[in-house]
Amino acid sequence: MAEVHLEKVVKKYGSFQVVHGIDLEIAHNEFVVFVGPSGCGKSTTLRMIAGLESISGGNIRIGDRVVNDLPPRSRNISMVFQNYALYPHMTVRENLGFSLKIANKPQAEIEAAVNEAAEILSLTPLMDRRPAELSGGQRQRVAMGRAIVRHPDVFLFDEPLSNLDAKLRNQMRVEIKKLHAKIKTTIIYVTHDQVEAMTLADRIVIMRNGHIEQQGTPLDVFTNPVNTFVATFIGSPPMNLIDGTVEAGHVVFSDGSRLPVPPRYAASEGQKVQFGVRADNIMPIGHALPPEEHMAELDMTVSLSEPLGTETILFGEISGTEVQAKMFNPRPVVPGERMRFQVTLDKCHLFDAESGHNLRV
Amino acid sequence: MLRYKLPPWLLLLLPAIVVLLAVVMLPLLLSLYSSFTSYRLTRPDSITNWIGLYNYEKALTDAKFWAAFGRTVLLLTVALNLEMLLGLGLALLVSKVTHGQRALRTMMMFPMMFSPVLVGFQFKFIFNDNVGLVNNALQSLGITQTAIPWLVDGNLAMFSIIFAEVWTSTSVFAILILAGLYAIPKDPLEAAKVDGCTSWQTFRHITLPFVMPFIYIAMAIRSLDVARAYDIVQIMTNGGPARRTELLWTLIGRTGYVDAKMGYANAMGYTSIFLAIFFTVYFFRKLTTARTELGMGG
Repeated sequence: MAEVHLEKVVKKYGSFQVVHGIDLEIAHNEFVVFVGPSGCGKSTTLRMIAGLESISGGNIRIGDRVVNDLPPRSRNISMVFQNYALYPHMTVRENLGFSLKIANKPQAEIEAAVNEAAEILSLTPLMDRRPAELSGGQRQRVAMGRAIVRHPDVFLFDEPLSNLDAKLRNQMRVEIKKLHAKIKTTIIYVTHDQVEAMTLADRIVIMRNGHIEQQGTPLDVFTNPVNTFVATFIGSPPMNLIDGTVEAGHVVFSDGSRLPVPPRYAASEGQKVQFGVRADNIMPIGHALPPEEHMAELDMTVSLSEPLGTETILFGEISGTEVQAKMFNPRPVVPGERMRFQVTLDKCHLFDAESGHNLRV
Repeated sequence: MLRYKLPPWLLLLLPAIVVLLAVVMLPLLLSLYSSFTSYRLTRPDSITNWIGLYNYEKALTDAKFWAAFGRTVLLLTVALNLEMLLGLGLALLVSKVTHGQRALRTMMMFPMMFSPVLVGFQFKFIFNDNVGLVNNALQSLGITQTAIPWLVDGNLAMFSIIFAEVWTSTSVFAILILAGLYAIPKDPLEAAKVDGCTSWQTFRHITLPFVMPFIYIAMAIRSLDVARAYDIVQIMTNGGPARRTELLWTLIGRTGYVDAKMGYANAMGYTSIFLAIFFTVYFFRKLTTARTELGMGG
């Protein structure tokens, strides 16, 4: 039951700075996901909140306590690790009850809490097994159970699903979401997988090189990326970014094709820009979703197609940049076929070619 | 002409079999046989004098034998436990060192590089009541005026021997436990911290179970070592004074070579081997259990 505040939090290893003054406020019961490529400082930040890494500067508050110098055990947090970090010499029951036993809780209370956690995570039939006798998914559930028995103020998840296979990952993702609905606790979750971030988060915090690039609801960061990094990191397939120059209200690409400057965007004449369009917003005419306002059209030669069933991803090229487009109600496409595409300008973006900033006004 | 041919597997194994028979089986059988005779080294023909279980009966009813047996068990228990505790402490300290850990590890192994005979001589000098370092130091510091008879008093002599034994072999434990400490995954330790453990609780509940297999391996190796302890004791006290530091193998050696009663010595030897076997089996059992608990397979 607590908020978490990060104020100008810095982490240095010697002279090497990995986290550059992060400011963040996490509300009570909020599910916040730190996402970013490896080495962006997301795990380090989480470990600083956990107390497993010292803080080189700034403040971390949990509730109304500054926890900078408190050891992990005094922070009332619990953590789920990437490699499960179960105690191999203890049974599932002992693993679950360990933190309570350490806290000298009465046996009856430990049992009740352990059984409750086992119930929530359907671990009851596995209680007397050792971790070595469990599958990856079961281990992960035990790790989560171990975290929830203590009713901590804050849950920390450090890439908990990255060791699981794809199918299990989807399943566990749903379980984590359900778990949050059930136990109502502040959750901070670290992942490098933007799908996990999108599906789980109340708020996504996108990090790069020890800085927060953008934070917002999943929909917000998806539709309004502040720069090219966020635009390409969030969403799958990543947003197409095509280099061009602004000329008379249009973005002109090096191969001569052009698209109008999207509405609500402003760029000066001759400015070098990157035109951003997601595959969902560039569709072959006749195979598009119902048209919206501000359509533009464009020819492109399709070099490759990936049929996915309900849609087909088409690969083409505009001025030397690979562009992915989506074909709805697909028909077979022959490589080399030249098709006309419609572009939903409303959902397109313009970024400054140099700084990468979004040029929306 | 039909010639009998050995099967190829036997032919190929034959050299090994011959060597093993000559080097291991023959002496073993001969010594076992001689333990049922009144064989004396000074009277070679006595080896044919079969006396049945007489030597064994004599050994099992001999107070000197049992005293030596008990003392060996005492040495085993005290030395092994001390070495384990000190080795664990050393390993924990060294594992925390960030600079110069390699150098420390090498230095830690120095005592193992000396022959036990030399170690015996060294400690014989150190504990000498007249010219020894210990008494000199104690007297110079004014702690005592008398010359403490380290190697002459029965209890002190045992203490001195244990001291020398611990000095030489603590590093066996330290090195093996250090290897165990390196092998502990980092995650469970961090999980324990988050779960609310103090440093002591983390050590007690996580670190220790992880290094237990390594401790048992060291125990098994060292129990064999100490059970056959001979050299240090022989040099430092020669089993004295008045047999008060007599161990199994100093007694057996004396009986066999000084008193020349080889038949009797062999009988005692076979009896004491059970001690070594017992400890080895015991520690390997513990090892297997500890490994199974850690999910390392039986």
